[in-house]
Amino acid sequence: MIQSTRPAQYGFAERWLPRLVLAPSFLLSLVFIYGFVVWNGYLSFTASSLLPRYEWVGFHQYARLFANDRWWVAVFNLFKFGVLFIGISMLVGIFLAILLDQKIRFEGFIRTVYLYPMALSFIVTGTAWKWMLNPGLGLEKLMHDWGWTSFTFDWLVNPDMSIYTVVIAAIWQSSGFVMALFLAGLRGIDDSIIKAAQIDGATLPRIYWKIILPAMRPVFFSTLMILAHIAIKSFDLVVALTGGGPGFSSDVPATYMYAMAFTRGEMGLGSASAMMMLLSVSAVIVPYLYSELRRGSR
Amino acid sequence: MANNNKWARILVYAVLIYAVIYYLLPLYVMITTSVKTTEEIRTGNLLSLPMHITLDAWRKAWGTACTGVQCTGLSLYFWNSVRMVFPAVIISTTMGAINGYILSKWKFYGSEIVFAMLMYGLYIPFQVLLLPMAQTEGYLGIAGTTPGLIFVHVVCGIASTTLFFRNYYVGIPDELINAARLDGAGFWRIFFRVVLPMSLPIVMVTFIWQFTQIWNDFLFGLVFSSGDSQPITVGLNNMANTSTSVKEYNVDMAGAIIAALPTIFVYVVAGKYFVRGLAAGAVKG
Repeated sequence: MIQSTRPAQYGFAERWLPRLVLAPSFLLSLVFIYGFVVWNGYLSFTASSLLPRYEWVGFHQYARLFANDRWWVAVFNLFKFGVLFIGISMLVGIFLAILLDQKIRFEGFIRTVYLYPMALSFIVTGTAWKWMLNPGLGLEKLMHDWGWTSFTFDWLVNPDMSIYTVVIAAIWQSSGFVMALFLAGLRGIDDSIIKAAQIDGATLPRIYWKIILPAMRPVFFSTLMILAHIAIKSFDLVVALTGGGPGFSSDVPATYMYAMAFTRGEMGLGSASAMMMLLSVSAVIVPYLYSELRRGSR
Repeated sequence: MANNNKWARILVYAVLIYAVIYYLLPLYVMITTSVKTTEEIRTGNLLSLPMHITLDAWRKAWGTACTGVQCTGLSLYFWNSVRMVFPAVIISTTMGAINGYILSKWKFYGSEIVFAMLMYGLYIPFQVLLLPMAQTEGYLGIAGTTPGLIFVHVVCGIASTTLFFRNYYVGIPDELINAARLDGAGFWRIFFRVVLPMSLPIVMVTFIWQFTQIWNDFLFGLVFSSGDSQPITVGLNNMANTSTSVKEYNVDMAGAIIAALPTIFVYVVAGKYFVRGLAAGAVKG
């Protein structure tokens, strides 16, 4: 019997077929993703307003963007939202994962409940939380009925606080997801390490803090990337919950871009803001992908 | 020590149950609100049980609620979403399966570059594509139509479906492919006879992932569809933001549940695959 792992001879067709079959996907993403990035980049250097006008104006649109208060409100909102959303989702998710890892009865059911919001559209989440947080009939009325008559909750209509309602709803939607990722990570850790540490007299919280959580660094990192990605893309939830308002107090870059490009007839500004989003994402993603791909090919 | 342990366990359960309530409460509020009358919403509160259960809000949300100027309810949008989601999911999953097969089992000079290109495409904020895509769809004459929307979802979905299949197929031993090749099987024969029959789990994961992503999409629906092709997310958002003299939260909640039902159904029926997809999406970077 011949034992061979050597690939059989490629025929002419076999050599070219894979390239041919991959070509449509390659072309689609080359033209409709990379080509469009270039096109959008070009637009951001033109005087385009309601319609595209391919008249070169240099960095004019970027200068306008950086002088625009609304843009900076959007950027700072994303910053506030990102830090709180990522930070709290992580804490809640990791905490719940550790608790669920203690040989809990009905674990399957509990996990299912924690994770279901992730199956919902952000529009559904936004619509639901808009009703629950609305001043008047929502949470405020509930507290009044329960006897806390001085309770007020007007964040949804308060320009200083509106972005935090988005944080509340986003944490509800995504913290269960963090829990699922960490629980999977915890299950991958060798039990014998924990047993050995217990024999050495370490307490459970100490074991988690000193041994298990440090071993979860890769999970921590990839969860961080996903949450950051969700945060930067966040558009739907803001639109459904606050509509970017009151005024533009809860705008984020994604809603800003949409408003400029599609409702305000400021295509140049819209494309410039989209480029800024792309640059910020790339600053994080490119080194990350580079290291991942290198690790993968090793 | 043992006593201490018992109290610790009770505390753990208490916190876990508290969290269960936290995650379920919004669902409870949505369901109870949707079967209340507007009168009862005004007099009761968020958590009060409905006194008279009525499906009027559901009927209105489905058939007669106003979404902007027209008052035809969400049914139209729901079917638009159905017409959009299945072609988009099937096309992108098929392309992903074949791409993943090539990028794992038929690597050629340059195929790694194609893979890296697709990977970076996963992370691009879609905002940079919106304006050129809108222009192009205008030239092509598919702007504001369901095929136009399907096209966008396919283009933007290929990267993740390819990645799912590639990562799965990497795990299939090369010896299997080589053995089939020695038996004289070619590119397609190996795919259909050897690889595809082993692919059920990853097909499920990808299908569910794409279904959830595309059904829940709002941005593309908002930008690339108009009037009679808008998906349910856009319909729901229009409905919830249409100002009426009395805000009908019961109708909004019924609408929200209608929009959520398909993905909830998928989650309940095939939760295992859904979670695997999330995890696969997680390690995509």
